Amino acid sequence: MADLILTQSVLDKTKTEIENALIKAGVNTVLLIDEAGNVVTACKHKTCTLDTTSLAALAAANFGVTAQIAKLIGEDDFSLLFHKGKKDSIHFARINNDLILVTIFGENVSLGLVRLRVAELAKTIEKAFAQIY
Amino acid sequence: MALINLSKKEIHCKIVYYGPGRCGKTTNLLYIYNAMNNQARSKMLTIETKGERTLFFDLLPLNLGKINGFNIRIQLYTVPGQIIYKATRKLVLKGVDGMVFVADSLKVRQGKNMESLQDLHDNLLDYNLNTEEIPIILQFNKRDLVPTPIPTLTKEELEIDLNSQLNTKVFEAAAIKGIGVFETLKEISKRTIQYVARKHLSTNH
Repeated sequence: MADLILTQSVLDKTKTEIENALIKAGVNTVLLIDEAGNVVTACKHKTCTLDTTSLAALAAANFGVTAQIAKLIGEDDFSLLFHKGKKDSIHFARINNDLILVTIFGENVSLGLVRLRVAELAKTIEKAFAQIY
Repeated sequence: MALINLSKKEIHCKIVYYGPGRCGKTTNLLYIYNAMNNQARSKMLTIETKGERTLFFDLLPLNLGKINGFNIRIQLYTVPGQIIYKATRKLVLKGVDGMVFVADSLKVRQGKNMESLQDLHDNLLDYNLNTEEIPIILQFNKRDLVPTPIPTLTKEELEIDLNSQLNTKVFEAAAIKGIGVFETLKEISKRTIQYVARKHLSTNH
């Protein structure tokens, strides 16, 4: 696992893409994290007071654990995970070998829309990060 | 793996406290958490499980101030020590930049110490890493038990068991009383940052 060096241009581009695809669609919070549990970038509404450090560590661990479950049933990995809450739900999607996109959204946004936008966004982010590897 | 954010001028490093079950890894983190002020530390994350054992990991994020204009942020992790949780330990080791091996001074744990160190070597190898590359230091914990009637290992015995191959710096500690905890943290932070800096900051990023 190589170290990740984030440049201003890649971060700015990623943030803009996330804002346009998800935050403007009504999603509460989007975190781009790496598999070691670091927050690469966080986009959220100003009122949101989420502990992003803890969330990133747990989300990375969650992804790691489900990958192990996947192996037990003969899969390599589950590329997306979804947990449904009473008010808010959380969606995890793998971008590439190192990056995971975490999306937290309320009842006002449908899972279908999130899945569609995340799938498109994943390709854009993957392309943007390809230049810094 | 370290994360270097050139936009925010931040460096994030991951330090893992490794060692056999009940050797005091979480106790180290708890002491650091209680002793540091709110500006330097964030919330300590412990995954709630029944009993005293760590089943997944504990996480303590710290701010260590600035070096060359870069904010240094360190995340301290512990692993579950019990030998059966090998898969979980391997997950926590993902992206590690520095390690502290906490050894138990109790004589009855002599075998467990060596078993855990071997397990660390095996897990690192799975990530194509080794202890010669990644900074690692040793902490001999529970030294406060030496003067008591409880049978303990001498420093020399622990050195032979654990440090003959690592050949690294050793700190004697009593984590529950805070003895040696910050000395250990200071040394591993220094070595980890030097390791990350050596790899990257001398280049033209």
